[in-house]
Amino acid sequence: MAAHRCSRSAVLLFLCALSLFIVADSQETASNGGQRDNNAVDSPQAATETAERAVEERRWEASEAEAAADRQDTSAAENELPASVPRPKDDFQEELVIRPLHSGDIYASFQFRTVWETDFMKGNKVSHYRLFPKSLGQVISKFSVRELHISFTQGYWRTMRWGQPYQPSPPGAELWVWFQDSVTDVDGTWKELTNVLSGIFCASLNFIDSTNTVQPSASFKPLGIGNVTDHRFLRYATLPREIVCTENLTPWKKLLPCGSKAGLAVLLKSEKLFHSTFHSQAVHIRPVCQDWECKTTSWELRQTLNVVFDLHTSAQGKREWSLFKMFSRTLTEACPLASSSKIYIDVTDNPQGDQFEVSPATPLLSQAVVLGDRRTFSVYDLTQQITFGTVRSLNLLIRWKSSEGDMLRPLLHAERYVAGYGLQTGEIHTLMYNNHPYRSFPVLLLDSVPWYLRLYIHTLTVTSKGKDNKPSYIHYQPSKDRVRPHLLEMLIQLPPNSVTEVTVQFERALLKWTEYTPDPNHGFYVGFPCKEESSYFVRVYTEPLLVNLPTPDFSMPYNVICLTCTVVAVGYGSLYNLLTRSFQIEEPSPGLAKRIANIIRKMRGVPPL
Amino acid sequence: MAAPLTLLLVVAVTVRAALYRSSLADLISERVEVVSPLTAWKRVVEGLALLDLGVSPYSGDVFHETPLIIYLFHFLVDYAEITFMLADVITAVALYMAVTDYNKQVFRKQKFALEADLYPLDCLELIRSPKEMYYIPLKVAMFYLLNPFTILSCVAKSTCGLNNAVIALFILTTIKGNVLLSAIFLSLATYQSIYPLTLCAPALLYFMQRKYIPVNFRRASFWWFIAQYAFMYLGSLFVIVGLSFFLLGSWDYLPSVYGFILSVPDLTPNIGLFWYFFAEMFEHFRLFFLCVFQINVFFYTIPLSIKLKEHPVFLIFMQLAVISIFKSYPTVGDLALYMSFLPVWSHLHRFLRNIFLVSCVLLACSALFPVLWHLWIYAGSANSNFYYAITLLFNVAQILLVSDYFYAFLRREHHLTYGLYLKRKDGSEATLVLK
Repeated sequence: MAAHRCSRSAVLLFLCALSLFIVADSQETASNGGQRDNNAVDSPQAATETAERAVEERRWEASEAEAAADRQDTSAAENELPASVPRPKDDFQEELVIRPLHSGDIYASFQFRTVWETDFMKGNKVSHYRLFPKSLGQVISKFSVRELHISFTQGYWRTMRWGQPYQPSPPGAELWVWFQDSVTDVDGTWKELTNVLSGIFCASLNFIDSTNTVQPSASFKPLGIGNVTDHRFLRYATLPREIVCTENLTPWKKLLPCGSKAGLAVLLKSEKLFHSTFHSQAVHIRPVCQDWECKTTSWELRQTLNVVFDLHTSAQGKREWSLFKMFSRTLTEACPLASSSKIYIDVTDNPQGDQFEVSPATPLLSQAVVLGDRRTFSVYDLTQQITFGTVRSLNLLIRWKSSEGDMLRPLLHAERYVAGYGLQTGEIHTLMYNNHPYRSFPVLLLDSVPWYLRLYIHTLTVTSKGKDNKPSYIHYQPSKDRVRPHLLEMLIQLPPNSVTEVTVQFERALLKWTEYTPDPNHGFYVGFPCKEESSYFVRVYTEPLLVNLPTPDFSMPYNVICLTCTVVAVGYGSLYNLLTRSFQIEEPSPGLAKRIANIIRKMRGVPPL
Repeated sequence: MAAPLTLLLVVAVTVRAALYRSSLADLISERVEVVSPLTAWKRVVEGLALLDLGVSPYSGDVFHETPLIIYLFHFLVDYAEITFMLADVITAVALYMAVTDYNKQVFRKQKFALEADLYPLDCLELIRSPKEMYYIPLKVAMFYLLNPFTILSCVAKSTCGLNNAVIALFILTTIKGNVLLSAIFLSLATYQSIYPLTLCAPALLYFMQRKYIPVNFRRASFWWFIAQYAFMYLGSLFVIVGLSFFLLGSWDYLPSVYGFILSVPDLTPNIGLFWYFFAEMFEHFRLFFLCVFQINVFFYTIPLSIKLKEHPVFLIFMQLAVISIFKSYPTVGDLALYMSFLPVWSHLHRFLRNIFLVSCVLLACSALFPVLWHLWIYAGSANSNFYYAITLLFNVAQILLVSDYFYAFLRREHHLTYGLYLKRKDGSEATLVLK
């Protein structure tokens, strides 16, 4: 509360600035997409209101979002696009959010959002593309995709050090798709789609097959509009082993209207992006409402890229960051095709400017509720020439003043490990922390375990605070060898201020020698369960597991085949011997000389000796 | 005779009950030699848990028991230990009664042969006396109940014990001459694990011998009896399969149980020959070798039946041994069943050639199984080849044991026809060879 009072002056300042700002650009819409869905401040109508009123409105929206639970994204999408002014049919916005983290690391999150008022599904073929990438448009119409979410991540998001990410993503590749209900052969379409996406993103998505695809029954509800939640049309797959690198970034950048030539995308230089502790790039496609009435739908393409730069490796230990230091580029212009191009810096933890200092300073401030938490941002609008100052280049600089200050512990946090020793059995432990002092949270746990770890569901235990915590919903689909993985979904209530432990035993299978990876003793990656918390919808991924399986000796298939066949032949031979032969008295065989003599005598026609 | 048997049963049950209460029970129930994916108790419990969750136990690849087993344990899961002890007791008592009856018949036949002067004069020492035969049934029961393999199998609650009980009841009813019950138990055994199908040949031979039906393909009575038995067998099999269908309302169990047995998708190590062979097999030869290996079980039935058509009980023993060696998921419980017959053939001991070597190998292998498993799986200082080598040796020893008994049996029969001390043409002492 104290922090709020202190920032009063800042809010007033902001109001003045906003009116100016609206004169300059009345087209401004609250279009921060999924990240900052409830960003009410940018709405033009709010300009004449008082600061208090604006805050109230935000609160109202926040509570509505809570009520709407996991449908929040949809409602937010509806709220976003007031159809007051006629606009072109497609629209592109770009933004970069920078959040200085308590550890001294820095988190940069890019979002490029294209909205196109078109219909891929009607009979007429869409052939004229402007901002929307044609390759993805064709994918949508060919495979009747309703929603597509794909992410490639290198590194693991450390929730306890960095807080919640704007867009959670698991290590490796993750793909989930909702198909239109007109699709008859969902599995066939899914297979084709993964192969096509594999080509588009230069990734090994073609390794997605039935053994790592699941159909969650309760998780992964569609984020766009549409009430069809028949999970037969949902497919979800992860490839925890996937390694993300430059060859995935280049095709991703090519989907942007300005490419990497102008706008925020000039910062995306792979030599810097991959020199980081966490890198995640994603593409989200979903249908959204076009206006308040939601009579027509638009397609929204969100391309996001999140990166965390490490204080020690990238900044040589100095607690100072600049755009140039992070990306080895500075900004000189917005993408000319973008209707909005902004940089936000999260200054919530820095109300009086005693933690860090941002230069050049900006008069613009914005507030938004992010993941149930009200955040304050400094805004730099790249469409304004004034932002670039006299040097015609923007190089944001963040300099820490003190290294103190504690990060609020994230409310939800999960971790996971394998217990047991040896290569025969094991036990998966999943720990879920609820750090809220008095609220309990319902959590939906989704766990997809490959078939070669044979889960024993009767050994499943869920305990919180030493007591048995019975899940109110369990959906379990056992695995089929070489066909499909285990799928476990549970709705668990996490009591306040507690650790909930989910354990389940498994048995390690011996695979055929061709089914092992080239480095079998490295172990097998097992995907991570994700937890969805519904009151303001957080998705938390745990770290992937690395599980060792017993291995045969790869060097001796021939030997094994020969030796086993020998044993079978010994069995066959000894039985055949006894079955076909009969006992006879052994007559002593004549000596060699006698035999030769007999042969000669036979030739001579004389009776043998 | 009842008192020693009762004492034996009490001892056997006490040993099992004590082991159930000890910490060894958990250790034993994880041993791959004792439980296979088909028979593991953990998987039965998993199947029951899946049923409770409303998921068909056959929708996954963990549960491979038959529907009757799951319904049996649906009611008996709390009394599982008693059920498994009871199954062992039933097996032992059934074998005891069967062998008693069989010995009587053997003795009677021998008496007729002696009266008819069918045996050569020097064969008197091959004639069996009631005195040595008296303790054989008890020895059989003891070999089954106190065999460490049976005890381990029972303590691990391997459903192999139940299969053994069904097969033992089949043997009992066959030897008692009850055609209908024999057919029913044979169909139950087949339903449990396909392979006992081959036991129908000895059963048919036995019944024909008992009913004086000549084994002659041109006789109508021969075919009529086969038709009768087949009808009873197939009828009861049909009833059991239909019942399973109505219990679960789907045919899912057919691929999940029998497809699993025949196509060997689970390569968990066991004492058999299949696991490592198919783990290392080239994919495009897999089907071919699968057929070759599975045929091995059924392949010997007809030649053995022809060779042993006068001795159906020995044929049962041979068939059980062949099944136990060549089945896809063998456990030590399968061995225990045919090994319990060894006392019945105690009169063959003078003709066994390498019984000492074979028993040493079997004992050494049994001791080495857990050691090499530990080295491979837990210590990481050995690899799979070590364990595989032991399974190979174990199987070679079993094959030698069985073929040795077969040899000894054939040789005794030969001596009973041609005399014990055979002479060469020149009058010197002769040695017998197979030609």
